[in-house]
Amino acid sequence: MDFILHVPVIGLLLQFIGYLVGVMTTNGSLIITLSTPIALGALCGFMNERSGVVNIGIEGMMLFAAFVGWYVAALVNGGAPTSPGPLGITFPLLVGLLAAIVAGVAVSALHAWLSITVRANQIISGTIINIEALAITGYLNLLISQNPIPSAGNFQSFHVPQGVASVPVLGWLLTTFLGHGPITLTMLVLVIVLQILLFRSRWGLRTRAAGEHPRAAETLGIDVIRLRYRNVLLGGVLAGLAGAWFTLEYIGTFQGGMTNGRGFIALAALIFGRWTPIGAFGAALVFGIADALGQAVSFNPPSGDLGAVLSGVPEQVFSALPYLVTIIVLAGVVGRSIPPAADGQPYEREAKAT
Amino acid sequence: MVVSEAASSPAASKPAALEMRGVTKRFPGVVANDHIDLDVRRGEIHALLGENGAGKTTLMNILYGLVTPDEGEILLGGKPVTIASPADAISQGISMVHQHFMLVPVLTVAENILLGEEPMANPVLMDRKAAHTRIRELGRFFGTEIDPDLRVASLSVGWQQRVEILKALYRNADILVLDEPTAVLTPQETKEIFAVLRRLTAEGTSIIFISHKLYEVLEIADRITVIRRGKVVGSRIPSETDEDDLAELMVGREVELTVDRGESHPADVTLAVAGLTVSDDRGHEVVHGLDFEVRAGEVFGIAGVAGNGQDELVEALAGLRRPAGGTVELSGRTITGASPRRLHNLRVGFVPADRHRYGLVLVFPLTDNSVLTSYYRAPYSRGLVRDADAIGRHAEQVIKDFDVRTPSPLVHASTLSGGNQQKLIVGREFFGDLRLLVLDQPTRGLDVGSIEFIHRQVIAKRDAGTAVLLISAELDEVLELSDRTAVMYRGRLVAVVDGRSATREEVGLLMATGGREGPPPIIAEGAA
Amino acid sequence: MNLRRARDAAIIPGLAIVLALVFGSLIVIFSSPLIFGLDLTLPLVAYKALVEGSFGSFGAVISTIVNAAPLILAGLAVGVAFKAGLFNIGAQGQFLTGGLAAAAVGAWLAHAPGPVAIPLALVAAILVGSVYGAIPGFLKAYTGAHEVVTTIMLNYIALYIVAYVVTGPLRAVGATFARTPDVGNASLPILVGGNGHLGVLFAFVAIPLAWWLLYRSTIGFEIRTVGAGPDAARYAGMRPRLLIVVTMAFCGGLAGLAGAGEILGLTGFMPAGYSTNVGFDGITVALLGQAHPIGIMFAGILLGAMRAGAPLMQIEAGVPAQMVDVLQGAILFFLTAEILVRYLFRIRAKSAKVAELQTVASSYGGQATPTQ
Repeated sequence: MDFILHVPVIGLLLQFIGYLVGVMTTNGSLIITLSTPIALGALCGFMNERSGVVNIGIEGMMLFAAFVGWYVAALVNGGAPTSPGPLGITFPLLVGLLAAIVAGVAVSALHAWLSITVRANQIISGTIINIEALAITGYLNLLISQNPIPSAGNFQSFHVPQGVASVPVLGWLLTTFLGHGPITLTMLVLVIVLQILLFRSRWGLRTRAAGEHPRAAETLGIDVIRLRYRNVLLGGVLAGLAGAWFTLEYIGTFQGGMTNGRGFIALAALIFGRWTPIGAFGAALVFGIADALGQAVSFNPPSGDLGAVLSGVPEQVFSALPYLVTIIVLAGVVGRSIPPAADGQPYEREAKAT
Repeated sequence: MVVSEAASSPAASKPAALEMRGVTKRFPGVVANDHIDLDVRRGEIHALLGENGAGKTTLMNILYGLVTPDEGEILLGGKPVTIASPADAISQGISMVHQHFMLVPVLTVAENILLGEEPMANPVLMDRKAAHTRIRELGRFFGTEIDPDLRVASLSVGWQQRVEILKALYRNADILVLDEPTAVLTPQETKEIFAVLRRLTAEGTSIIFISHKLYEVLEIADRITVIRRGKVVGSRIPSETDEDDLAELMVGREVELTVDRGESHPADVTLAVAGLTVSDDRGHEVVHGLDFEVRAGEVFGIAGVAGNGQDELVEALAGLRRPAGGTVELSGRTITGASPRRLHNLRVGFVPADRHRYGLVLVFPLTDNSVLTSYYRAPYSRGLVRDADAIGRHAEQVIKDFDVRTPSPLVHASTLSGGNQQKLIVGREFFGDLRLLVLDQPTRGLDVGSIEFIHRQVIAKRDAGTAVLLISAELDEVLELSDRTAVMYRGRLVAVVDGRSATREEVGLLMATGGREGPPPIIAEGAA
Repeated sequence: MNLRRARDAAIIPGLAIVLALVFGSLIVIFSSPLIFGLDLTLPLVAYKALVEGSFGSFGAVISTIVNAAPLILAGLAVGVAFKAGLFNIGAQGQFLTGGLAAAAVGAWLAHAPGPVAIPLALVAAILVGSVYGAIPGFLKAYTGAHEVVTTIMLNYIALYIVAYVVTGPLRAVGATFARTPDVGNASLPILVGGNGHLGVLFAFVAIPLAWWLLYRSTIGFEIRTVGAGPDAARYAGMRPRLLIVVTMAFCGGLAGLAGAGEILGLTGFMPAGYSTNVGFDGITVALLGQAHPIGIMFAGILLGAMRAGAPLMQIEAGVPAQMVDVLQGAILFFLTAEILVRYLFRIRAKSAKVAELQTVASSYGGQATPTQ
């Protein structure tokens, strides 16, 4: 091979890595923000799958919750300006948040019923949720947009005081991890709490048992059906929060199909994170970086050779990046990441004839 | 043999711990339990004897709240109780060790034992220290301490069985049900478990011991209740009965406990395995350089406790797993790593252990299943086009020749009983003139009639000049059919003995220890 | 005997459709204040227009068939994959890339004679669709990445590929919006009515072809065995990995052909914001048709009728055409919630029923294929 040909390529690669590190440090806060719906979606999947229920309907749950949260907040708001409290919290936004959670739980209840009680194929159940959520929100949004109502705005990020923010390292850490709206902050807390509960609490032990060997759990007096229902419904709370993030925290309006595959990427994050909350969060950050890269390149392009090369790359490549990364991650990690043994298998309480 | 009244038993004076009266359970198309009466006294070991499918497990699942009976009542200490769920059973002091271990492999020993009755440090988090102390204490019951933090998946089968019993001890069971507890144990491990059971009964625990092995029941039980086709057909006490009597009671006719295998006439070497090394899914070497030969016209048996590398060995020989090293020759032709298709074309038949996963496609009709390994050949297909008539004729012949009981060749394989499913597979794989037959656990979980039938077919194939390799964890089966018997232990063949003169004790000891001194290990081979 | 089996197979889907219509009318009633004010009769007006627009005249019937054709092809693309135990949610991406290929080759050969241009454009669409389908098949077979997630990702990527190609290298010069040039001579000839183009025939040829392949050929037997028992297939000497890739390529080709029919037969070019969801609708068609080619034909005609009638429903009742999407989702729901349908209509389950779709893989995380 021609040795000289490779030198500029290696140089470019080094420049790119340097640029990527720069994006990660200067845009740390943006990355965490963009990874929020993925992390929350992955936590929803975590609640489901650890107890043995596959949920590919996270996308639809998020979309439906995003719509309901936004519409309810707008209805309560009624166009009257309200004075926001800390983090931009207003009464309509809180009601909207609650409505989004209820919507997430309601759709989860449907999934729970189909996959636990009806014992339908869980992947088909999730697909139905995705299809129907896209259809109903699209249909209603179209009708609403014929007589648009003003939205209720959105939550605001926490501002680290200037004095603290300028302290080296500590200031960066605080702005990166705390400079967020209430939903993102909740996500960060949930990741840690759920990680501890999974391995050290009674709930965690029983959940793991139900997802690995439900019959064994049942023979020790654990009500697997009830446990799965509870976990799937709690997962709905998380999907609701993820949905609310879109319309009540990130942007204050609804658009048809605005979740744009984040619910599916969340599933990949869950697998990449080996079905643990911390792992899923870490994986979500990878997707957050892929997401942030496109924004960084268009707003703050690199200089020199790298800049010249990147400016020649069509913008669609950056838009498609998170989806590409998902495929690569799945192809690379699956097989070494082992799902709960009973994941996706409906549980029948009564033993069959011998 | 006289039916002995319970009054003559030494345990008769003890009060009844459990009575089941008129328990009936119907499943679609079958009465699993038909008005069964059973009483178990305090401190006795009561054996429940019956064939596979006789209804023993259903009865115990009813007692344990896993199955709701259609009729009948259950009395504990003389008082009627309702047991609607395992939680009810546990709170009533009933524990059960299931035939298929109810252990969560990825959880630790401690987590498996605590599950459902976790000691709590506070309302949310568990108290791990207290749990560990308690488990170490209970572990002394077996004379050996067990590390509560070991993952169950890494334990040997014998120790998994002990963890199951620890679960019952942890819950202070008054009544302990053991469903076929010795199916996976060596004779030596079985003896140890029996000793533990006797200590438990001495402390007042009542034990229901389910088995279909006659000699075991005679050895351990105080009383024996025999069930056939869902009905109680008799009670015995061991001192007043013998294996022939129990067998007749269990099967309903006189049975020959062993097939007359006649003389074998081994000819040329058909299968020659040299230095065969195989790794498992995780890349650990689990079969270490095996050497053996199987001659035409002989049955070569490989005995061993499950999990000593037999699965990987069979998969390597059947073309389902690529060997890591060594050679395999069939009549002088190298077939190391040959595909299943090539093996089949070389006239190798293979009966897999897991008939639901490998042997059959359950949602396909018997016709398609009867040509599962030959569908691509004439007359079943020409080029791309399948010939439904030829396939149908073949299916009918297999069904007729191998006594598969079915209403039609067009029903799904899932609707057949286990015995008939297995006869269909055997019929398919035994079809035609074969060079080599590889049989992996060919009669696991079958009724006596099907076992007899299949054993006779194996001998017939042997006599027709086929080389037969039989791999089985069922020691009795290997002893009964093999002309030569090898024992597989930790991925090696530790001994080859004469199949006719070998005794159960001799081979059992080899299975348990590999012929070495010292106690069997706790950790399973290949575990991290 | 066969008639009875057909009736048994059709009864639950039929009732699911009825329940979905009831559900849809509730949505219409509750959302009617957003249209003209609360109107309890609106569903009747809407459904009447829907039927009229799909079967009310000769033109309407032609429109139904034209709408049904791509749905049938996409339904087969999903349904045949079901038989191999694969959930091909990626029919949409295969449809889009196939359509794009047809548009590109069609534009390139716009002035070549039709008998040359048309077959080449069709072959290009089938090939590109096949490749786009084979990618997730390959990933599933050789890395274990579950096709449900990878095909969905590829659907999004297909959108960006179309956006890039249509706004960039293939943008038609002088067009008022971003689109590819006209396909000219590569357009499919109109055989009947206003838009009854040749492509419609492809769908009705594909149905018996798929049936023969699945139920009469050895490769179909292998495909079904891999779906119903992947380990048994390996034991039987089949090659599950290869079969997975081949099946996905075949399905991708069908979806690509559907794309070609739409571009060469209807629009004549590919616009940047091409938003036809034929591939997604294929999922509904396949499930409603119980993954059987004959069932898929009926399901495709039904959904095609709904698509054909939707514009008239929008005009006469003011109900947006998106209502059809809502109905589709509801049909799927009631189909899956079979237990609810049986309860509502007091239908007893057949004793030994084996669900046609049981073979769809249940978990997507683990190594889905055997290690060898």
